[in-house]
Amino acid sequence: MCGIVGLFAKSTEVEERLGVHLAAMLAQMNDRGPDSAGVAVYRDPAPAGTSKLTLYSPGPHEDWDALAADLGRSYGASEPEVRASHAVLVVDADASDAEAWVRESRPDLRVMSAGSVIEIYKETGLPRDFAEEFRLTDFKGTHALGHTRMATESKVTTEGSHPFSTGFDLCLVHNGSLSNHNRLRESLRREGIEFQTENDTEVAAGYLAWRMREGATLEQALEGCLDDLDGFYTFAVGTADGFAVLRDPIACKPAVLAETDDWVAMGSEWRAIAVLPGAADARMWEPQPGVVYVWEKVAA
Amino acid sequence: MSALAADREEAAVEIVDLATTPLRELNQRLHDLSRAPGPAHWRVLNPNGAHAVAAGIDADVEVEIDGHVGYYCAGMNKRATVRVHGNASTGLAENMMSGLVVVDGNASQSAGATGRGGLLVVRGDASARCGISMKGVDIVVQGSVGHMSAFMAQTGCLVVCGDAGEALGDSIYEARLYVRGSVASLGADCVEKELREEHAAQLRGLLEAAGVDADPAEFRRYGSARQLYNFRIDNAGAY
Repeated sequence: MCGIVGLFAKSTEVEERLGVHLAAMLAQMNDRGPDSAGVAVYRDPAPAGTSKLTLYSPGPHEDWDALAADLGRSYGASEPEVRASHAVLVVDADASDAEAWVRESRPDLRVMSAGSVIEIYKETGLPRDFAEEFRLTDFKGTHALGHTRMATESKVTTEGSHPFSTGFDLCLVHNGSLSNHNRLRESLRREGIEFQTENDTEVAAGYLAWRMREGATLEQALEGCLDDLDGFYTFAVGTADGFAVLRDPIACKPAVLAETDDWVAMGSEWRAIAVLPGAADARMWEPQPGVVYVWEKVAA
Repeated sequence: MSALAADREEAAVEIVDLATTPLRELNQRLHDLSRAPGPAHWRVLNPNGAHAVAAGIDADVEVEIDGHVGYYCAGMNKRATVRVHGNASTGLAENMMSGLVVVDGNASQSAGATGRGGLLVVRGDASARCGISMKGVDIVVQGSVGHMSAFMAQTGCLVVCGDAGEALGDSIYEARLYVRGSVASLGADCVEKELREEHAAQLRGLLEAAGVDADPAEFRRYGSARQLYNFRIDNAGAY
């Protein structure tokens, strides 16, 4: 099974309450994915010349201030903003240098996301508990994706939860399962894409990262999935400016989209969207199989 | 209708608000109607995508649902009329036995799956696998249907006033398919057949029952070529 939700704010009212809406949507998908939950929230852009990392520590007593001080000796670093097992740091370096520093100095930590606006939080356990533990209702932001996981092909771990980061400010959530991920993982490794788990969705995320590194647009990379991925999927991809949705051509996995003047929302089922303000009057439709849908902020 | 009669009719409508009443309570009350008489007309408010709303009714009642419903709405329906003033998710009227189910909006995939009898009407579009393995139900879709509709359909009729997606009627048995618009492709063993007067009469009856104003002459009929019923030695190389 698994549940997916996505919310893209078109008004400042929705931006202000993004986390409240996200938590409500995720709770509606609780029973589609009781194993683990995760969100990607796009908010608080890092100032120019800096980047933002979300880090996860498997140890329960991580001293995030000490880590920030260490990092500060190589680059400037902000005070960490801690939420449960995760912390967000703004670093005076570009995202690849900041990420490289963490991988080298603290290989026990996991970089959940890197970029300028994205933050990824994910953890095992019931989605409802996750929403509370990570204080989702605090979040203000432009858009967000969420996932509730019922694990099928790999272990229930924090690392195996969704969203998977697919490059700076990019992430992927997935409902379904892929059958050619082992072979594809090997060919992507030869292209220099790194993987941290045996999870199938991470391979799809790596595939998108590779295609976009080679010059494809997000839409082209997603269209490539139709040829190169074998299996069932409804994907939602988050970018710095918006999100995209794709269902495989056989379309076994559900998805529904809805739009009002204030928001665009995506959910595995209508009940995830029904909790949003004005949902009853929203324009609602089912995304066509094999068609890429994209929403992006209009550049100011 | 006199004012008094109108009042009586108004009073006879049993209103259940799913924002305050548990879904199981609604369904249990509807199921109880097969054993003891109760209200003949029900109105369900705030379904908000809940699953299995009004599933499993076996009584001569009318249930109107105001809003969008989740999976398996009106599943296994017997005798009842269920009207959804909104859209319906996966498995609408799955395995319905008799009665009438009408959805004002669109239906998601597998609408009317394995249905044994009765009439299912979708005013908008129905997506993939509409009427999959239907076994006697009649389905009228005013809009279009998605891919693999009427897959392994056995008996009954699927009427599509718009277009049909890919692989219509794949591995079909004896169901009749009537399509007014284009067919993206026909599935294995599904072929176009002559639409004779007896078919036009059947189609006219179905359109009338569904309250759809359309001319049977604009439709084309599809059905089984009956080449998959028995093993053919010519196909041995395909396995």
